[in-house]
Amino acid sequence: MTVTTVTRQDVVDFLYREAKILDEWQLNEWAALFTDDATYTVPPLGDPNADATKSLYYVHDNRARLQERAERLLKKEAHVEYPHSTTTRNVHNIIVSNLDSDVITVECNFTTHRTKREVVDTFIGRNEYEIVLENNGFAIKSKKVILNLDSLRPHGKISLIL
Amino acid sequence: MDQIIRDNTEKHEFLVHRSVFSDKEILARERAEIFNKCWLFIGHETEIPELGDYKRKKVGGRNLLFVHSQDGEIRALYNTCPHRGALVCRENEGNSRVFRCFYHAWSFKNDGELVGMPGKDGFPEDFNDEGTKNMKAVNRIENYRGFMFVNFDENAISLDEYLGNAKEYIDLVVDQSENGLEALGGVQEYSVRANWKLLAENSVDLYHGMPTHKTYFDIKQAQDPNLKRVKLEGKGIELDNGHGVIEYVAPWGRPVAQWTPIWDEKFKADMEEMKVKLADRFGEERADRIANYNRNIVIFPNLVINDIMAVTARTFYPTSPGYMEVSGYSLAPKGENEKHRLARNNNFLEFLGPGGFATPDDNEALELCQEAYNNNQEVEWNDISKGMVRGEGNALATDEVQMRNFWRQYNTRIQESLEKEAALK
Ligand code: FES
Ligand SMILES: [Fe+2]
Repeated sequence: MTVTTVTRQDVVDFLYREAKILDEWQLNEWAALFTDDATYTVPPLGDPNADATKSLYYVHDNRARLQERAERLLKKEAHVEYPHSTTTRNVHNIIVSNLDSDVITVECNFTTHRTKREVVDTFIGRNEYEIVLENNGFAIKSKKVILNLDSLRPHGKISLIL
Repeated sequence: MDQIIRDNTEKHEFLVHRSVFSDKEILARERAEIFNKCWLFIGHETEIPELGDYKRKKVGGRNLLFVHSQDGEIRALYNTCPHRGALVCRENEGNSRVFRCFYHAWSFKNDGELVGMPGKDGFPEDFNDEGTKNMKAVNRIENYRGFMFVNFDENAISLDEYLGNAKEYIDLVVDQSENGLEALGGVQEYSVRANWKLLAENSVDLYHGMPTHKTYFDIKQAQDPNLKRVKLEGKGIELDNGHGVIEYVAPWGRPVAQWTPIWDEKFKADMEEMKVKLADRFGEERADRIANYNRNIVIFPNLVINDIMAVTARTFYPTSPGYMEVSGYSLAPKGENEKHRLARNNNFLEFLGPGGFATPDDNEALELCQEAYNNNQEVEWNDISKGMVRGEGNALATDEVQMRNFWRQYNTRIQESLEKEAALK
Protein backbone atom coordinates (compact mmCIF):
# COMPACT_ATOMS: atom_id res chain seq x y z
CA MET A 1 0.00 0.00 0.00
CA THR A 2 1.43 3.36 -1.00
CA VAL A 3 0.02 6.84 -0.66
CA THR A 4 -1.37 6.78 -4.17
CA THR A 5 -3.11 3.43 -3.86
CA VAL A 6 -4.86 3.97 -0.51
CA THR A 7 -8.61 3.81 -0.85
CA ARG A 8 -11.46 4.72 1.44
CA GLN A 9 -12.24 1.03 1.74
CA ASP A 10 -8.75 0.37 3.12
CA VAL A 11 -9.40 2.89 5.88
CA VAL A 12 -12.82 1.43 6.65
CA ASP A 13 -11.34 -2.06 6.83
CA PHE A 14 -8.69 -0.76 9.21
CA LEU A 15 -11.33 0.65 11.57
CA TYR A 16 -13.25 -2.61 11.49
CA ARG A 17 -10.08 -4.49 12.27
CA GLU A 18 -9.34 -2.24 15.26
CA ALA A 19 -12.89 -2.82 16.57
CA LYS A 20 -12.52 -6.57 16.10
CA ILE A 21 -9.21 -6.90 17.91
CA LEU A 22 -10.57 -4.86 20.82
CA ASP A 23 -13.65 -7.11 20.96
CA GLU A 24 -11.29 -10.09 20.98
CA TRP A 25 -9.22 -8.59 23.79
CA GLN A 26 -6.04 -8.61 21.71
CA LEU A 27 -4.91 -5.49 23.47
CA ASN A 28 -1.19 -5.71 22.72
CA GLU A 29 -2.09 -5.93 19.06
CA TRP A 30 -4.29 -2.87 19.56
CA ALA A 31 -1.43 -0.87 21.11
CA ALA A 32 0.80 -1.93 18.20
CA LEU A 33 -1.52 -0.06 15.81
CA PHE A 34 -0.23 3.26 17.19
CA THR A 35 2.77 5.34 16.14
CA ASP A 36 5.59 6.06 18.60
CA ASP A 37 4.30 9.58 19.23
CA ALA A 38 0.63 8.59 19.36
CA THR A 39 -2.05 9.85 21.72
CA TYR A 40 -5.32 8.32 22.87
CA THR A 41 -7.72 10.73 24.58
CA VAL A 42 -11.24 10.90 25.99
CA PRO A 43 -12.14 14.56 26.62
CA PRO A 44 -14.63 15.76 29.24
CA LEU A 45 -18.28 15.31 28.30
CA GLY A 46 -19.71 18.15 26.25
CA ASP A 47 -16.30 19.78 25.76
CA PRO A 48 -14.42 17.82 23.08
CA ASN A 49 -11.79 20.52 22.54
CA ALA A 50 -11.19 21.27 26.21
CA ASP A 51 -7.85 22.79 27.20
CA ALA A 52 -6.10 20.00 29.11
CA THR A 53 -4.55 22.51 31.51
CA LYS A 54 -7.95 23.90 32.50
CA SER A 55 -10.19 20.85 32.32
CA LEU A 56 -9.79 17.28 33.35
CA TYR A 57 -9.92 14.66 30.61
CA TYR A 58 -11.08 11.12 31.35
CA VAL A 59 -8.15 9.69 29.43
CA HIS A 60 -5.13 11.63 28.20
CA ASP A 61 -2.67 8.91 27.19
CA ASN A 62 0.64 9.32 25.47
CA ARG A 63 2.18 6.28 23.77
CA ALA A 64 3.71 4.89 26.98
CA ARG A 65 0.46 5.28 28.93
CA LEU A 66 -1.66 3.59 26.27
CA GLN A 67 0.74 0.66 26.29
CA GLU A 68 0.42 0.44 30.09
CA ARG A 69 -3.36 0.64 29.72
CA ALA A 70 -3.41 -2.27 27.27
CA GLU A 71 -1.07 -4.43 29.34
CA ARG A 72 -2.85 -3.68 32.61
CA LEU A 73 -6.20 -4.77 31.24
CA LEU A 74 -4.80 -8.15 30.30
CA LYS A 75 -3.83 -8.90 33.88
CA LYS A 76 -5.98 -10.90 36.21
CA GLU A 77 -5.52 -8.15 38.82
CA ALA A 78 -7.25 -5.57 36.61
CA HIS A 79 -10.26 -6.58 38.67
CA VAL A 80 -12.85 -4.48 36.88
CA GLU A 81 -12.23 -6.43 33.68
CA TYR A 82 -11.68 -9.83 35.23
CA PRO A 83 -13.24 -12.01 34.06
CA HIS A 84 -13.22 -10.00 30.83
CA SER A 85 -16.45 -8.30 29.92
CA THR A 86 -18.00 -9.11 26.56
CA THR A 87 -18.03 -6.23 24.13
CA THR A 88 -19.61 -5.43 20.81
CA ARG A 89 -18.15 -2.48 18.95
CA ASN A 90 -19.83 -0.98 15.92
CA VAL A 91 -18.47 1.87 13.83
CA HIS A 92 -20.59 3.75 11.36
CA ASN A 93 -21.04 7.04 9.46
CA ILE A 94 -17.40 6.88 8.50
CA ILE A 95 -16.06 10.03 6.87
CA VAL A 96 -12.54 9.84 5.47
CA SER A 97 -10.71 13.04 4.52
CA ASN A 98 -7.31 13.90 3.09
CA LEU A 99 -6.80 10.43 1.63
CA ASP A 100 -3.92 11.64 -0.49
CA SER A 101 -2.02 13.55 2.20
CA ASP A 102 0.47 12.35 4.83
CA VAL A 103 -2.10 12.39 7.59
CA ILE A 104 -5.48 10.89 6.79
CA THR A 105 -8.26 12.17 9.03
CA VAL A 106 -11.23 10.00 9.87
CA GLU A 107 -14.41 10.69 11.76
CA CYS A 108 -16.91 8.02 12.65
CA ASN A 109 -19.71 7.33 15.07
CA PHE A 110 -19.36 4.40 17.41
CA THR A 111 -21.53 2.27 19.64
CA THR A 112 -19.82 0.05 22.15
CA HIS A 113 -21.87 -2.33 24.25
CA ARG A 114 -20.25 -3.87 27.30
CA THR A 115 -21.87 -6.70 29.15
CA LYS A 116 -20.79 -8.10 32.47
CA ARG A 117 -22.69 -9.79 35.27
CA GLU A 118 -25.92 -9.52 33.27
CA VAL A 119 -25.70 -5.73 32.95
CA VAL A 120 -25.31 -4.05 29.57
CA ASP A 121 -23.75 -0.61 29.40
CA THR A 122 -23.70 1.24 26.11
CA PHE A 123 -21.16 3.89 25.20
CA ILE A 124 -22.04 6.09 22.23
CA GLY A 125 -20.14 8.86 20.55
CA ARG A 126 -17.81 9.90 17.82
CA ASN A 127 -14.18 9.03 17.13
CA GLU A 128 -11.66 11.30 15.47
CA TYR A 129 -8.52 9.70 14.08
CA GLU A 130 -5.32 10.84 12.49
CA ILE A 131 -3.90 7.95 10.51
CA VAL A 132 -0.53 7.73 8.77
CA LEU A 133 1.19 5.18 6.57
CA GLU A 134 3.97 3.26 8.26
CA ASN A 135 5.74 0.07 7.15
CA ASN A 136 3.29 -0.43 4.29
CA GLY A 137 0.30 -0.25 6.56
CA PHE A 138 -1.77 2.20 8.56
CA ALA A 139 -0.78 3.48 11.99
CA ILE A 140 -2.84 5.63 14.34
CA LYS A 141 -1.22 8.91 15.26
CA SER A 142 -4.11 10.11 17.38
CA LYS A 143 -7.45 8.79 18.47
CA LYS A 144 -9.92 11.01 20.25
CA VAL A 145 -13.07 9.46 21.66
CA ILE A 146 -15.88 11.99 22.08
CA LEU A 147 -18.60 10.47 24.23
CA ASN A 148 -22.10 11.66 23.43
CA LEU A 149 -23.38 11.12 26.94
CA ASP A 150 -24.64 13.55 29.61
CA SER A 151 -22.75 11.71 32.33
CA LEU A 152 -21.12 8.35 32.97
CA ARG A 153 -24.32 7.09 34.58
CA PRO A 154 -25.10 4.33 34.93
CA HIS A 155 -21.83 3.10 33.38
CA GLY A 156 -19.75 4.46 36.25
CA LYS A 157 -16.42 3.94 34.55
CA ILE A 158 -14.48 3.75 31.31
CA SER A 159 -12.67 0.54 32.12
CA LEU A 160 -12.62 -0.55 28.48
CA ILE A 161 -10.54 0.87 25.72
CA LEU A 162 -13.15 2.70 23.69
CA MET B 1 -32.81 -6.02 64.06
CA ASP B 2 -32.02 -4.28 67.35
CA GLN B 3 -28.54 -3.00 66.61
CA ILE B 4 -26.90 -1.79 63.46
CA ILE B 5 -23.41 -1.50 64.97
CA ARG B 6 -21.69 -3.80 67.46
CA ASP B 7 -18.86 -1.84 69.01
CA ASN B 8 -16.92 -3.69 71.70
CA THR B 9 -13.60 -2.12 72.62
CA GLU B 10 -12.74 -4.83 75.14
CA LYS B 11 -13.18 -7.62 72.63
CA HIS B 12 -11.70 -5.49 69.85
CA GLU B 13 -14.82 -6.14 67.86
CA PHE B 14 -16.53 -3.73 65.48
CA LEU B 15 -19.35 -5.00 63.30
CA VAL B 16 -21.73 -3.24 60.94
CA HIS B 17 -25.04 -4.88 60.12
CA ARG B 18 -25.30 -5.38 56.38
CA SER B 19 -28.93 -4.32 56.26
CA VAL B 20 -27.68 -0.71 56.24
CA PHE B 21 -26.51 -1.29 52.67
CA SER B 22 -29.68 -2.74 51.27
CA ASP B 23 -32.68 -1.67 53.35
CA LYS B 24 -35.01 0.97 51.86
CA GLU B 25 -36.27 2.09 55.26
CA ILE B 26 -32.73 2.72 56.38
CA LEU B 27 -32.20 4.88 53.30
CA ALA B 28 -35.32 6.91 54.12
CA ARG B 29 -33.95 7.39 57.63
CA GLU B 30 -30.56 8.44 56.25
CA ARG B 31 -32.26 11.08 54.14
CA ALA B 32 -34.13 12.43 57.15
CA GLU B 33 -31.43 12.19 59.79
CA ILE B 34 -28.25 12.66 57.80
CA PHE B 35 -28.72 14.30 54.41
CA ASN B 36 -31.35 16.75 55.69
CA LYS B 37 -29.27 17.74 58.70
CA CYS B 38 -25.56 17.59 57.90
CA TRP B 39 -23.42 20.03 55.93
CA LEU B 40 -23.20 18.83 52.33
CA PHE B 41 -20.61 19.95 49.77
CA ILE B 42 -22.14 21.86 46.87
CA GLY B 43 -19.02 22.94 45.00
CA HIS B 44 -15.91 25.07 45.00
CA GLU B 45 -16.17 28.87 44.96
CA THR B 46 -13.84 29.02 41.93
CA GLU B 47 -16.41 27.21 39.79
CA ILE B 48 -18.41 30.45 39.63
CA PRO B 49 -15.79 33.21 39.91
CA GLU B 50 -17.61 36.04 38.04
CA LEU B 51 -20.85 37.84 38.84
CA GLY B 52 -23.63 35.99 37.05
CA ASP B 53 -21.76 32.68 36.81
CA TYR B 54 -23.91 29.70 37.65
CA LYS B 55 -23.81 25.92 37.65
CA ARG B 56 -26.55 23.41 38.25
CA LYS B 57 -25.79 21.05 41.13
CA LYS B 58 -27.55 18.05 42.60
CA VAL B 59 -27.08 18.09 46.36
CA GLY B 60 -28.83 15.89 48.89
CA GLY B 61 -31.36 14.88 46.25
CA ARG B 62 -32.27 18.50 45.42
CA ASN B 63 -31.82 20.34 42.12
CA LEU B 64 -29.88 23.46 43.04
CA LEU B 65 -28.57 26.42 41.12
CA PHE B 66 -25.17 27.42 42.49
CA VAL B 67 -24.96 31.06 41.49
CA HIS B 68 -22.76 34.10 41.96
CA SER B 69 -25.47 36.75 42.27
CA GLN B 70 -25.09 40.32 41.03
CA ASP B 71 -24.78 41.58 44.64
CA GLY B 72 -21.61 39.49 45.01
CA GLU B 73 -23.15 36.80 47.21
CA ILE B 74 -22.86 33.14 46.31
CA ARG B 75 -26.26 31.50 46.65
CA ALA B 76 -27.83 28.08 46.24
CA LEU B 77 -31.27 28.56 44.71
CA TYR B 78 -33.76 25.73 44.52
CA ASN B 79 -34.08 25.29 40.78
CA THR B 80 -37.85 25.21 40.74
CA CYS B 81 -40.32 27.84 39.65
CA PRO B 82 -42.42 29.31 42.47
CA HIS B 83 -45.32 29.42 40.00
CA ARG B 84 -45.97 25.82 39.09
CA GLY B 85 -42.72 24.12 39.73
CA ALA B 86 -40.90 23.78 36.42
CA LEU B 87 -37.15 23.58 36.44
CA VAL B 88 -36.20 27.20 35.77
CA CYS B 89 -32.63 26.90 34.53
CA ARG B 90 -31.98 24.17 32.01
CA GLU B 91 -28.40 24.90 31.01
CA ASN B 92 -25.82 23.06 33.07
CA GLU B 93 -23.68 26.16 33.47
CA GLY B 94 -23.22 29.64 32.14
CA ASN B 95 -23.45 33.30 33.01
CA SER B 96 -26.71 35.22 33.25
CA ARG B 97 -28.28 38.14 35.11
CA VAL B 98 -31.73 36.66 34.68
CA PHE B 99 -33.27 33.20 34.76
CA ARG B 100 -36.48 32.77 32.86
CA CYS B 101 -38.88 29.92 33.32
CA PHE B 102 -40.13 28.97 29.87
CA TYR B 103 -43.52 27.60 30.96
CA HIS B 104 -45.38 30.88 31.67
CA ALA B 105 -42.33 33.11 31.28
CA TRP B 106 -41.80 34.33 34.82
CA SER B 107 -38.32 35.73 35.14
CA PHE B 108 -35.99 36.10 38.09
CA LYS B 109 -32.84 38.06 38.88
CA ASN B 110 -29.83 35.91 39.65
CA ASP B 111 -30.49 36.36 43.36
CA GLY B 112 -33.89 34.75 42.86
CA GLU B 113 -36.13 37.85 42.93
CA LEU B 114 -39.16 37.76 40.63
CA VAL B 115 -38.79 40.62 38.15
CA GLY B 116 -41.15 39.83 35.35
CA MET B 117 -44.38 37.97 34.62
CA PRO B 118 -46.80 38.23 31.71
CA GLY B 119 -50.43 39.16 32.51
CA LYS B 120 -49.65 40.99 35.73
CA ASP B 121 -53.16 42.47 35.82
CA GLY B 122 -54.50 39.05 36.69
CA PHE B 123 -52.73 39.07 40.07
CA PRO B 124 -53.19 41.32 43.14
CA GLU B 125 -50.82 44.22 43.62
CA ASP B 126 -49.26 42.79 46.76
CA PHE B 127 -48.77 39.43 45.03
CA ASN B 128 -45.07 39.13 45.92
CA ASP B 129 -44.85 41.47 48.89
CA GLU B 130 -43.79 38.59 51.10
CA GLY B 131 -41.24 37.38 48.59
CA THR B 132 -42.94 34.01 48.32
CA LYS B 133 -42.89 34.23 44.53
CA ASN B 134 -39.12 34.59 44.36
CA MET B 135 -36.97 31.58 43.64
CA LYS B 136 -36.20 30.22 47.06
CA ALA B 137 -32.60 30.03 48.29
CA VAL B 138 -31.10 27.47 50.67
CA ASN B 139 -30.87 29.45 53.90
CA ARG B 140 -27.63 27.97 55.10
CA ILE B 141 -24.67 28.15 52.73
CA GLU B 142 -21.17 28.52 54.17
CA ASN B 143 -17.61 28.49 52.89
CA TYR B 144 -14.45 27.02 54.31
CA ARG B 145 -11.37 28.03 52.34
CA GLY B 146 -13.18 27.80 49.03
CA PHE B 147 -15.13 24.61 49.76
CA MET B 148 -18.80 25.53 49.84
CA PHE B 149 -21.43 23.61 51.74
CA VAL B 150 -25.18 23.84 52.21
CA ASN B 151 -27.34 22.62 55.05
CA PHE B 152 -31.09 22.05 54.72
CA ASP B 153 -31.52 22.29 58.50
CA GLU B 154 -31.91 25.96 59.40
CA ASN B 155 -30.87 25.28 62.99
CA ALA B 156 -27.68 23.46 62.18
CA ILE B 157 -24.44 24.42 63.94
CA SER B 158 -22.07 26.54 61.85
CA LEU B 159 -19.93 24.89 59.17
CA ASP B 160 -16.86 25.95 61.10
CA GLU B 161 -18.01 24.14 64.21
CA TYR B 162 -19.19 21.16 62.18
CA LEU B 163 -15.83 20.68 60.46
CA GLY B 164 -14.09 21.01 63.84
CA ASN B 165 -10.56 19.62 63.84
CA ALA B 166 -10.97 18.36 60.25
CA LYS B 167 -10.11 21.95 59.31
CA GLU B 168 -6.48 21.29 60.20
CA TYR B 169 -6.30 18.73 57.39
CA ILE B 170 -8.20 20.84 54.88
CA ASP B 171 -5.71 23.62 55.69
CA LEU B 172 -2.81 21.31 54.87
CA VAL B 173 -4.36 20.66 51.46
CA VAL B 174 -5.12 24.31 50.69
CA ASP B 175 -1.82 25.65 52.04
CA GLN B 176 0.12 23.90 49.29
CA SER B 177 -0.85 26.89 47.14
CA GLU B 178 0.02 30.51 47.86
CA ASN B 179 -3.13 31.67 46.08
CA GLY B 180 -5.62 29.03 47.11
CA LEU B 181 -6.98 26.15 45.06
CA GLU B 182 -9.19 26.20 42.01
CA ALA B 183 -11.53 23.58 40.61
CA LEU B 184 -10.74 22.38 37.10
CA GLY B 185 -13.43 22.13 34.44
CA GLY B 186 -14.80 18.74 33.50
CA VAL B 187 -16.23 17.60 36.83
CA GLN B 188 -16.54 13.84 36.43
CA GLU B 189 -20.15 12.79 36.85
CA TYR B 190 -20.30 9.03 37.29
CA SER B 191 -21.97 6.41 39.43
CA VAL B 192 -21.40 3.19 41.30
CA ARG B 193 -23.91 0.39 41.60
CA ALA B 194 -23.32 0.18 45.32
CA ASN B 195 -24.36 1.74 48.59
CA TRP B 196 -22.97 5.24 49.19
CA LYS B 197 -21.36 4.39 52.53
CA LEU B 198 -19.09 1.89 50.82
CA LEU B 199 -17.45 4.78 48.95
CA ALA B 200 -17.02 6.78 52.15
CA GLU B 201 -15.20 3.75 53.60
CA ASN B 202 -13.22 2.98 50.46
CA SER B 203 -11.91 6.53 50.14
CA VAL B 204 -10.11 6.32 53.49
CA ASP B 205 -9.17 2.65 53.23
CA LEU B 206 -5.45 2.08 52.77
CA TYR B 207 -5.72 -1.61 53.68
CA HIS B 208 -7.12 -2.36 50.21
CA GLY B 209 -4.39 -0.37 48.44
CA MET B 210 -2.01 -3.18 47.58
CA PRO B 211 -4.39 -6.03 46.74
CA THR B 212 -6.94 -3.94 44.83
CA HIS B 213 -4.46 -1.68 43.05
CA LYS B 214 -1.61 -4.11 42.40
CA THR B 215 -1.60 -3.33 38.68
CA TYR B 216 -1.07 0.37 39.44
CA PHE B 217 1.85 -0.32 41.77
CA ASP B 218 3.34 -2.73 39.20
CA ILE B 219 3.29 0.14 36.71
CA LYS B 220 4.92 2.49 39.21
CA GLN B 221 7.66 -0.06 39.84
CA ALA B 222 8.29 -0.54 36.14
CA GLN B 223 8.65 3.24 35.74
CA ASP B 224 11.08 3.54 38.63
CA PRO B 225 13.56 0.69 39.07
CA ASN B 226 14.74 2.31 42.33
CA LEU B 227 11.35 1.76 43.84
CA LYS B 228 12.24 -1.51 45.56
CA ARG B 229 9.38 -1.88 47.92
CA VAL B 230 6.10 -0.07 47.92
CA LYS B 231 5.64 1.60 51.25
CA LEU B 232 2.31 2.90 52.52
CA GLU B 233 2.95 4.03 56.07
CA GLY B 234 1.33 6.51 58.40
CA LYS B 235 -1.53 7.11 60.80
CA GLY B 236 -5.28 6.73 60.87
CA ILE B 237 -7.03 9.46 62.88
CA GLU B 238 -10.60 9.98 64.09
CA LEU B 239 -11.82 13.57 63.82
CA ASP B 240 -14.81 15.51 65.15
CA ASN B 241 -18.41 14.77 64.11
CA GLY B 242 -17.67 11.54 62.23
CA HIS B 243 -14.91 12.95 60.03
CA GLY B 244 -11.67 11.00 59.67
CA VAL B 245 -8.32 11.02 57.93
CA ILE B 246 -5.38 8.86 57.02
CA GLU B 247 -2.01 10.59 56.68
CA TYR B 248 0.83 8.60 55.15
CA VAL B 249 3.77 8.38 52.78
CA ALA B 250 3.40 6.64 49.41
CA PRO B 251 5.58 5.92 46.37
CA TRP B 252 3.71 8.05 43.85
CA GLY B 253 4.73 11.59 42.94
CA ARG B 254 3.01 14.62 44.44
CA PRO B 255 2.68 17.79 42.37
CA VAL B 256 3.68 19.66 45.55
CA ALA B 257 6.63 18.74 45.80
CA GLN B 258 7.66 15.08 45.43
CA TRP B 259 9.08 14.26 42.03
CA THR B 260 8.26 11.03 40.16
CA PRO B 261 9.92 9.48 37.07
CA ILE B 262 6.92 10.02 34.76
CA TRP B 263 7.69 13.75 34.97
CA ASP B 264 10.32 15.82 33.19
CA GLU B 265 13.74 15.74 34.91
CA LYS B 266 13.61 19.53 34.97
CA PHE B 267 10.75 19.46 37.46
CA LYS B 268 13.10 18.07 40.10
CA ALA B 269 14.62 21.48 40.63
CA ASP B 270 11.18 23.12 40.59
CA MET B 271 10.02 20.75 43.30
CA GLU B 272 13.04 21.58 45.46
CA GLU B 273 12.23 25.24 45.02
CA MET B 274 8.60 24.66 46.00
CA LYS B 275 9.74 22.93 49.15
CA VAL B 276 12.00 25.82 50.10
CA LYS B 277 9.11 28.24 49.62
CA LEU B 278 6.84 26.07 51.75
CA ALA B 279 9.48 25.97 54.48
CA ASP B 280 9.71 29.77 54.36
CA ARG B 281 5.97 30.06 54.80
CA PHE B 282 5.37 27.33 57.35
CA GLY B 283 8.69 26.03 58.76
CA GLU B 284 10.39 22.73 57.91
CA GLU B 285 8.06 20.39 59.72
CA ARG B 286 4.78 21.63 58.29
CA ALA B 287 6.38 22.04 54.85
CA ASP B 288 7.42 18.37 54.96
CA ARG B 289 3.91 17.39 55.93
CA ILE B 290 2.36 19.41 53.11
CA ALA B 291 4.81 18.19 50.48
CA ASN B 292 5.55 14.59 51.36
CA TYR B 293 2.51 13.29 53.20
CA ASN B 294 -0.71 12.14 51.59
CA ARG B 295 -4.09 12.78 53.14
CA ASN B 296 -7.40 11.05 52.51
CA ILE B 297 -10.06 12.97 54.39
CA VAL B 298 -13.68 11.96 54.78
CA ILE B 299 -16.06 14.73 55.87
CA PHE B 300 -19.21 13.09 57.22
CA PRO B 301 -21.36 12.09 55.48
CA ASN B 302 -20.49 12.33 51.79
CA LEU B 303 -17.45 14.43 50.99
CA VAL B 304 -14.00 13.04 50.41
CA ILE B 305 -10.95 15.25 49.88
CA ASN B 306 -7.97 13.22 48.80
CA ASP B 307 -4.62 14.98 48.61
CA ILE B 308 -2.66 12.16 47.04
CA MET B 309 -1.00 11.99 43.56
CA ALA B 310 -3.20 15.02 42.82
CA VAL B 311 -6.02 16.64 44.76
CA THR B 312 -9.50 15.29 44.20
CA ALA B 313 -12.77 15.96 45.97
CA ARG B 314 -15.68 13.63 45.51
CA THR B 315 -19.21 13.80 46.75
CA PHE B 316 -21.88 11.14 46.36
CA TYR B 317 -25.55 10.62 47.00
CA PRO B 318 -27.76 7.53 47.00
CA THR B 319 -30.72 7.38 44.65
CA SER B 320 -31.44 3.87 45.96
CA PRO B 321 -29.71 1.62 48.51
CA GLY B 322 -27.67 -0.03 45.76
CA TYR B 323 -26.83 2.96 43.56
CA MET B 324 -25.04 6.24 44.09
CA GLU B 325 -24.29 9.22 41.91
CA VAL B 326 -20.75 10.52 42.26
CA SER B 327 -19.25 13.87 41.28
CA GLY B 328 -15.47 13.90 41.10
CA TYR B 329 -13.49 17.16 41.13
CA SER B 330 -9.87 17.96 40.48
CA LEU B 331 -8.40 20.83 42.48
CA ALA B 332 -5.10 22.55 41.81
CA PRO B 333 -3.23 25.69 42.83
CA LYS B 334 -4.62 28.83 41.23
CA GLY B 335 -2.25 30.18 38.63
CA GLU B 336 -0.21 26.97 38.46
CA ASN B 337 2.39 26.91 35.68
CA GLU B 338 0.97 25.10 32.61
CA LYS B 339 3.61 22.40 32.43
CA HIS B 340 3.12 21.59 36.08
CA ARG B 341 -0.62 21.53 35.57
CA LEU B 342 -0.26 18.97 32.78
CA ALA B 343 2.11 16.90 34.91
CA ARG B 344 -0.38 17.04 37.77
CA ASN B 345 -3.25 15.97 35.53
CA ASN B 346 -1.11 13.21 34.09
CA ASN B 347 -0.53 11.94 37.62
CA PHE B 348 -4.23 12.28 38.46
CA LEU B 349 -5.39 10.28 35.47
CA GLU B 350 -2.93 7.46 36.00
CA PHE B 351 -4.76 6.47 39.18
CA LEU B 352 -7.96 8.46 39.59
CA GLY B 353 -11.29 8.88 37.88
CA PRO B 354 -13.50 6.63 35.76
CA GLY B 355 -10.73 6.22 33.16
CA GLY B 356 -7.84 5.80 35.62
CA PHE B 357 -5.91 2.65 36.44
CA ALA B 358 -7.32 2.40 39.98
CA THR B 359 -10.75 3.99 40.47
CA PRO B 360 -12.55 1.47 38.18
CA ASP B 361 -11.19 -1.35 40.34
CA ASP B 362 -12.57 0.39 43.42
CA ASN B 363 -15.96 0.60 41.72
CA GLU B 364 -15.74 -3.10 40.99
CA ALA B 365 -14.91 -3.94 44.62
CA LEU B 366 -17.88 -1.90 45.84
CA GLU B 367 -20.23 -3.43 43.29
CA LEU B 368 -19.15 -6.94 44.26
CA CYS B 369 -19.85 -6.15 47.93
CA GLN B 370 -23.27 -4.81 47.00
CA GLU B 371 -24.11 -7.81 44.84
CA ALA B 372 -23.15 -10.24 47.57
CA TYR B 373 -25.31 -8.45 50.15
CA ASN B 374 -28.09 -10.55 48.62
CA ASN B 375 -26.91 -12.97 51.29
CA ASN B 376 -27.67 -10.53 54.12
CA GLN B 377 -30.38 -12.67 55.61
CA GLU B 378 -27.90 -15.37 56.57
CA VAL B 379 -24.55 -13.57 56.55
CA GLU B 380 -25.23 -10.45 58.54
CA TRP B 381 -22.15 -8.55 59.64
CA ASN B 382 -19.24 -6.58 58.11
CA ASP B 383 -15.99 -6.48 60.08
CA ILE B 384 -14.34 -3.09 60.57
CA SER B 385 -12.10 -3.91 63.52
CA LYS B 386 -8.62 -3.62 62.03
CA GLY B 387 -6.27 -1.85 64.45
CA MET B 388 -8.55 -1.94 67.51
CA VAL B 389 -6.01 -4.21 69.17
CA ARG B 390 -3.54 -1.31 69.01
CA GLY B 391 -5.93 1.14 70.73
CA GLU B 392 -7.74 3.86 68.77
CA GLY B 393 -5.00 6.44 69.42
CA ASN B 394 -2.28 4.28 67.88
CA ALA B 395 -3.95 3.34 64.62
CA LEU B 396 -1.88 2.90 61.50
CA ALA B 397 -2.99 4.40 58.20
CA THR B 398 -3.78 0.84 57.07
CA ASP B 399 -6.09 0.38 60.09
CA GLU B 400 -9.75 1.30 60.23
CA VAL B 401 -10.26 3.76 63.08
CA GLN B 402 -11.23 6.52 60.62
CA MET B 403 -14.03 4.28 59.34
CA ARG B 404 -15.19 3.25 62.80
CA ASN B 405 -15.45 6.93 63.63
CA PHE B 406 -17.68 7.46 60.58
CA TRP B 407 -19.83 4.51 61.64
CA ARG B 408 -20.06 5.66 65.26
CA GLN B 409 -21.42 9.02 64.08
CA TYR B 410 -23.74 7.24 61.68
CA ASN B 411 -24.95 4.98 64.44
CA THR B 412 -25.64 7.88 66.80
CA ARG B 413 -27.81 9.60 64.22
CA ILE B 414 -29.70 6.53 63.00
CA GLN B 415 -30.01 4.77 66.34
CA GLU B 416 -31.33 7.91 68.06
CA SER B 417 -34.07 8.23 65.51
CA LEU B 418 -34.95 4.54 65.82
CA GLU B 419 -35.17 4.87 69.58
CA LYS B 420 -37.24 8.04 69.43
CA GLU B 421 -39.68 6.24 67.20
CA ALA B 422 -39.80 3.16 69.43
CA ALA B 423 -40.55 5.38 72.45
CA LEU B 424 -43.53 6.90 70.63
CA LYS B 425 -45.06 3.51 69.88
S1 FES C 1 -44.13 27.23 36.02
FE1 FES C 1 -42.64 28.74 35.77
S2 FES C 1 -43.77 30.39 34.94
FE2 FES C 1 -45.26 28.91 35.29
FE1 LIG D 1 -8.89 2.23 45.92
